[in-house]
Amino acid sequence: MTAYILRTIGQGALVLLAVAFIAFSMFRFVGDPVANMMGQEATLADRAELSSRLGLDQPFPVQFLRFVRDAATGDFGISYRQGRPVATLIAERLPATVELAVLSALFASVAGVALGVYAAIRRRGIVAQGVMMLSLVGVSLPTFLIGIGLIYVFAVELRWLPSFGRGETVRLGWWSTGLLTASGLKSLVLPVLTLGFFQLTLIMRLTRAEMLEVMRSDFVRFARARGIPERTIELRHALRNTMIPVVTVAGLQLGSVVAFAIVTETVFQWPGLGALFVNAVQFADVPVMAAYLVFVGLVFVLVSLAVDLAYLAFDPRLRGTLAAR
Amino acid sequence: MSEALLEVRDLTVEFVTRRGTLRALDRVSFDIRRGEVLGVVGESGAGKSVTGSAVIGLIDPPGRIAGGEVRLAGERVDNLAPEALRRVRGKRIGMIFQDPLTSLNPLFRVGDQLVETIRTHTTLSATAARKRALDLLAEVGISAPDKRIDSYPHQFSGGMRQRVVIALALCAEPELIIADEPTTALDVSVQAQIITVLKRLCRDHGTAVMLVTHDMGVIAETADRVAVMYAGRIIEIGAVADVVKNPLHPYAKGLMGAIPTLTGHEGRLSQIPGSMPRLSAIPPGCPFNPRCPAAFAPCPSVRPDLTAYDRHPVACHLYDPAYAPREQAA
Repeated sequence: MTAYILRTIGQGALVLLAVAFIAFSMFRFVGDPVANMMGQEATLADRAELSSRLGLDQPFPVQFLRFVRDAATGDFGISYRQGRPVATLIAERLPATVELAVLSALFASVAGVALGVYAAIRRRGIVAQGVMMLSLVGVSLPTFLIGIGLIYVFAVELRWLPSFGRGETVRLGWWSTGLLTASGLKSLVLPVLTLGFFQLTLIMRLTRAEMLEVMRSDFVRFARARGIPERTIELRHALRNTMIPVVTVAGLQLGSVVAFAIVTETVFQWPGLGALFVNAVQFADVPVMAAYLVFVGLVFVLVSLAVDLAYLAFDPRLRGTLAAR
Repeated sequence: MSEALLEVRDLTVEFVTRRGTLRALDRVSFDIRRGEVLGVVGESGAGKSVTGSAVIGLIDPPGRIAGGEVRLAGERVDNLAPEALRRVRGKRIGMIFQDPLTSLNPLFRVGDQLVETIRTHTTLSATAARKRALDLLAEVGISAPDKRIDSYPHQFSGGMRQRVVIALALCAEPELIIADEPTTALDVSVQAQIITVLKRLCRDHGTAVMLVTHDMGVIAETADRVAVMYAGRIIEIGAVADVVKNPLHPYAKGLMGAIPTLTGHEGRLSQIPGSMPRLSAIPPGCPFNPRCPAAFAPCPSVRPDLTAYDRHPVACHLYDPAYAPREQAA
């Protein structure tokens, strides 16, 4: 078991290295950071001087190896645009993104599974049919449109909720949280709904389909023949079997929620990592972009580890084989 | 037959499909007495399993019971409300399915599934239910039940799983067990063990069994009486020795003639020409008449009913004195 976790972590490190390499090679084409930093009036000598100070005159492999070496110690360099350490910038922006993403993921998985189970059990009911139709909307509408629609209804017309920003935050050590103030909580509502909606519909449709499949299986029939109440069969026997495939897909989807909150953060001017990345792209701020992509890779590695551990919790058949590996 | 535990009268099951209504069971009637083992044989699609499912009320849509009645100890069970029917299932009628590999929930320990079933039907405490689960596992021949009770289904072999399934069916001491091809999915060597366990337990507990199978060997060894099914109807029913040695219906004769024996050197096994009609194309009159070597005038038009003309009930015009003086087929 411990060996398995260690191996997964080792694989994760390799994945991160590969992500860093790909990201780093692509950034050679996003523009010349020196031109952005110096402005129009800089002399060629000034440019060469800055270029060599940043190490940009070095060959690509040297730059990459230096990046990896520093990153291993937690040093992602200095932002070209803001002139501050990238690690500090990320630490500042991290709480906003994590709170948004975790709440969205929670909202999407809890509501998605609950609605999916309901839609499967009351397959022919009016409410279930309506939910299924609504979910089609969720699957097909782009996230930014949902966000703008929510802003229009709840912020512009009804004036219930703020349309941008995090509201007031409270500092707990280096972490700034919006969960402890009324305005912080109110500010979270619309972004969380926007970011979670697509995942919710996806998880719901998947849960429903898997649940219907499981309800046709032999052991459900046998449970009926044993006289087990229908509700127990649905919520105990069938649901747990449904969760195995749902956890796989939902896990990876939730990883992408954490990683790619970019669109939602842009729509709501949310001061998180996504917004940081968008600004960095406009300025060819390579250290920030590289660090962000490594962060995204890290999130996916952690999520897939969590998914594997969730399998173990759900499926006893895997426990023996995993322990043996 | 007042001592009958199960009385099935004119049971008709239909499946509504896009291409019309298919009649899977057509006016099936039979009884099972307390403690009796009734074998039900027939080809695939003859309606054996549907009969079992209909008795326990587990016909899945689009199938439905279209007529007739099922009585358990004199009370009708086919028209009970779902909740009342659920209380009968497992408690008074147990069921064993064909494939032990898929009958158990793979994510729950066998002990949990046993305790769940026991506590559904009794008022036993969790501890007492676990004690009873241990006893049941020991009874079905699982060694070291105190160790195995916390195992998951995948940690058992197929034969052992079928023993667990039998234990599950016996949890609440039902009066009747419907065993739907309980040995078909198992190795031949394991089949005999499972049949032995089933037979012993039902004798010990006085449980009646409806044993659905296409294995005549299992029937001959286990059952007291046997019903032969063809195209959704029972065409012959009687004591096992009687039906196996002296089958009356031409189809039953064909079936018995197709059983290989260890001693006989009769050359080729006999074979019934043609195949069973599909449910959508059951011929009028006697469903067997197009394949029947002894078919005569009334067969294609008049439906024969199960009647005891001679030793045991048979649905065949050959034995109907109304069509005498025609010679009885040898």
